[in-house]
Amino acid sequence: MKTIQLETDILILGGGAAGCYAAITLQDKEPEAKVLILEKANIKRSGCLAAGVNALNAYIVPGKTPEFYVDYAKKDAHGIVREDLLLSMSERLNKVTHHLEQLGLVILKDENGNYVTRGNRNIKINGENIKPILAQAVEACPNVTVMNHVNAVDYIVKDNTVIGVFANDVLEEKLYVIRCKACICATGGAAGLYRPNNPGFSRHKMWYPPFNTGAGYAMGIRAGAEMTTFEMRFIALRCKDTIAPTGTLAQGVGAKQVNSRGEVYEQKYGLTTSQRVYGTVMENKLGHGPCYLRTKGISSEQADSLKRAYLNMAPSQTLKWLENGSSPDEENVEIEGTEPYIIGGHTASGYWVDSNRMSTIDGLFAAGDVAGGSPQKYVTGALAEGEIAGEAAAAYVSHELATISEDYVQQQAEAIQNYFTKESLFTTEQLEEAMQGVMDHYAGGISRDYAFTESSLELADQKIQRLITLSDSVHVSDMQELTRLFELKERLLVCRVVIAHLADRKETRWHCFAENLNYPETDDRWLKYVNSRYKDGEIHMLHRELVGRYETYEHSH
Amino acid sequence: MSIHIDQKKCIGCGQCAEICPGTLIQMKEKAFIRYPQECWGCVSCVKQCPVHAIALYLGSDIGGAGSRMTVEKEGSLLHWTVIRPDASQETITVDSRDANRY
Repeated sequence: MKTIQLETDILILGGGAAGCYAAITLQDKEPEAKVLILEKANIKRSGCLAAGVNALNAYIVPGKTPEFYVDYAKKDAHGIVREDLLLSMSERLNKVTHHLEQLGLVILKDENGNYVTRGNRNIKINGENIKPILAQAVEACPNVTVMNHVNAVDYIVKDNTVIGVFANDVLEEKLYVIRCKACICATGGAAGLYRPNNPGFSRHKMWYPPFNTGAGYAMGIRAGAEMTTFEMRFIALRCKDTIAPTGTLAQGVGAKQVNSRGEVYEQKYGLTTSQRVYGTVMENKLGHGPCYLRTKGISSEQADSLKRAYLNMAPSQTLKWLENGSSPDEENVEIEGTEPYIIGGHTASGYWVDSNRMSTIDGLFAAGDVAGGSPQKYVTGALAEGEIAGEAAAAYVSHELATISEDYVQQQAEAIQNYFTKESLFTTEQLEEAMQGVMDHYAGGISRDYAFTESSLELADQKIQRLITLSDSVHVSDMQELTRLFELKERLLVCRVVIAHLADRKETRWHCFAENLNYPETDDRWLKYVNSRYKDGEIHMLHRELVGRYETYEHSH
Repeated sequence: MSIHIDQKKCIGCGQCAEICPGTLIQMKEKAFIRYPQECWGCVSCVKQCPVHAIALYLGSDIGGAGSRMTVEKEGSLLHWTVIRPDASQETITVDSRDANRY
């Protein structure tokens, strides 16, 4: 197998929303710097925005302020956020939105040319082509190179400083050792840790992209970067079966959550994201299920418009309506909670970063769903973080490239080659299924109504560790299988950290997201961050005090 | 959740394989989906295919009944057509210059 050695000034991992915008920012701020994006698929349709999106949910609407947005995100996270990060993100939301419009995104406007808002923080768009628009803007940057179908595997770190990345080609027998002066991790969060709603043929019909496998998290964990708030899992409330968004129904046409008796139940449990899921779980437990969004009675014009709207972000929902000859004005839409995900774009899980989005590893920045502390990013927040990280990386790269030893290159190539000659009873797919079963049963999956105990988490950790050992023996026959094995390994390591975090926070601050049956109450002694570092195969927990919105946070190693 | 690639219509151009966010589609003269159960249903390939050979369908485990959805581009218009097993059809046209109203 060939190992190709490359070098760049700034290496961006992942060409999704945050990664693309970091590249665009670097072209603007530091046009002399060489920028390379590694993308596991193809940036035209990779990441969260592959299918499209039909609203920008993070925008400062007229009459509101960035501080208002911070308050909203803080309340939704029941206090566990980095207000400094949220504020610097919020201050940029409108600027990046206007830039998106200049790049070609269609945004709904009123007769005076102002954006039409949907609620307190949302604007309406046609986002079917939002990802091709971003990809096109990246392609227009002369100093940015994109390598599609290249999968980042590990950071190369020397003296706690990132000096390069090891990667594999997803299709061809090629490995890459890429030297860099700074690295921006924007690989997205982690789906596929827990058994999904439909574990058979439609296992990948999930809310979060199934191809976001926690690569950036796992790479950071292995390199000893500090991670935060992995216990704040995210569970989405979605349309049953198609796992299509519910916000368009709830906010767009004001559909309330109702049980099978027609009672509106959402007020009973609260309106934060976790409470909306919890209410649905509880109503089902009480025997009041199934639960629905009450769309019956909306106008037929609204129903037609909804069918078109879903085509721009989740076409399977429109297909379902058309296939069944049904319509949301005639039939309520059944809802269910998804399996849990780890994703710093909606909750606060991810790299522990300073105000510049630099991780605890020098020269390694994080943006988008991998960056912790700053939930409710949505698309525009991910762009804003890409911009902040891009600016900070530009200011960081004045030094020379470090050298990487030939021994390292040799060792990596040999380790990879070994997977092609192994003999194993188990396949990647089998171990993935086992992992999802363990997480579902013992670490609060769908089948356990998202709840766990200290004892169940202990078992979960033992079983995941055994799977990690088994994953070392899996045989692969081509580069795609190798990539899938790496994805499994990433997920398994992320699972371990999730379990450790869930066990550490001895309270239930967020129903469903972290439903600890041994500590069912909120305890304000836990108004602090639960962080961790991985060293020599062990996860070491630490706690940090909350950071206020007007503070500048710097790492003190 | 998956897609169906009509082997009679496929011209083997490889655009779907290039674009799939999960790299699930591969080429063997014509395109085929190597991991059908791993499709997210994002329809990137359905939109990319120049000869409308790719259709989205719902797996039977999530209530699918055999209808297929394809999309045809005409300038800024996207014509989405669902063909049911009884051959009845329904088309919804979306203009990409129009924003969602909800």
